[in-house]
Amino acid sequence: MAILALALLGACKREVRELRPDPPVAAALGGVAALPVGIGGRPPEVYFALGKPYRTNAYQLSEGKRLYAWFGCAECHGQGEGTARGPALLDGWWNYGPAMETIYLSLRDGRPGGMPAFHTRLTEDQLWQLAGYVQQLGAYSGGAAAPGRSDEPPVRPAENRAPARFAPLEP
Amino acid sequence: MNGAAQSALAPGGAEAAAILSLFWPVTALLGAIWLAVLLVLALGLWRRPGAAPRRAGLAVGAATAGTVLVVIGLTLASYLVTRPLSAAAEAPLVVQVQGRQWWWQVTYPAEGDAPGFTTANELRLPLGRPVRLELAAADVIHSFWVPNLAGKQDMIPGRDNALLLTPRQAGIFRAQCAEFCGMQHARMALPVVVQPAAEFARWRAGQAAPAAAEALAVAGRQVFESRQCSACHTVRGSEAAGSTGPDLTHLASRETLGAGLLPMTRGALAAWTADPQTLKPGNNMPLVPLTADELQALTEFLALLR
Repeated sequence: MAILALALLGACKREVRELRPDPPVAAALGGVAALPVGIGGRPPEVYFALGKPYRTNAYQLSEGKRLYAWFGCAECHGQGEGTARGPALLDGWWNYGPAMETIYLSLRDGRPGGMPAFHTRLTEDQLWQLAGYVQQLGAYSGGAAAPGRSDEPPVRPAENRAPARFAPLEP
Repeated sequence: MNGAAQSALAPGGAEAAAILSLFWPVTALLGAIWLAVLLVLALGLWRRPGAAPRRAGLAVGAATAGTVLVVIGLTLASYLVTRPLSAAAEAPLVVQVQGRQWWWQVTYPAEGDAPGFTTANELRLPLGRPVRLELAAADVIHSFWVPNLAGKQDMIPGRDNALLLTPRQAGIFRAQCAEFCGMQHARMALPVVVQPAAEFARWRAGQAAPAAAEALAVAGRQVFESRQCSACHTVRGSEAAGSTGPDLTHLASRETLGAGLLPMTRGALAAWTADPQTLKPGNNMPLVPLTADELQALTEFLALLR
């Protein structure tokens, strides 16, 4: 019984909150190798060395969710369902593919058709936080980590519910 | 703000004085009752064993009657003292204070000839004039409390609360968020500066004006506008018009930096700009990578925002 209790206690692990990536680490996060078409590529090595926190850590995802609200993403993408100005993020159809580094590049450099570049407004780690949140919004498989819940009445499934699993076969 | 007063026992306003006039009699009365109870308990413990039990009917009756009287009396006193505190004053100065994680947005609406403006992390009030603070919250529940001036009032998202107070003493009083609101709840303070009406009017006119021309002329302005700073902060008179962070138009005129965290000095400005996450971990300002030259220029710009 005591051993069981100890084992349970050992399972209590607080979510790591990385508040301040060291400046060299943050700078290295920008080293994405992109294919000439701007779709796909390779994330920087430091992204793997950190353990891909931007997709698996609840704090990083929550920060991404805050940035989504603060930087006006909802103006064009709504709560992920899309509007007349911008495409949906929930439907599983990614104009430039679902890869993390591609979403990062879309955010950093913008895309033709109205998507603005955010590299002067967000820091490197914030770009990755937002990319992680956006990827999870329209993920094909559910995640173990989820950002904080919304205060507004829900208009879409929770972020870790993988809505894109039911994506239609035609866009 | 070290040394700024924060005590409910040294009232600098009419409301705090009223609450204090209730506090001492209640404390004295309840203290006396506590002593009497302990005395009776001690007598009961020291009674010789085997002594014949006395009839307790009279004592129990008296104690019950006394309790009822004391409760009714204190309820009445509390009602009479606190009821006038929420009575509407005539022509109060209206100030909107919004609690945010972890700072305060302060908005003075236009009043007569005086234009309205938004500032942050400092509340200035004229001496002797009733003030109506309209309290709101942007994210989670906060609570506004200047012990020297009035009681505390919660700031609840989606709900409009108000607090009336009348400062009777000039000086700097410290307000503190009084409802746990996250990682930096402890470092969510607000200097409340009470000053004579003429000084307040001068301050108000200065705050409503755009940023100082000498600040807008230095090179640091370009750093501020072109880097991440301008995405969240506003400096009126420049291109920076972000709205998610504190308005910095007259940053250097404030007593403190970072919601009561540091005294407003050029060194503190540089330290905060260089690494806000070490000084106030978890706050929503990211570490923006700057070169030494950029940091110098930016600090010069910020220090000129008087």
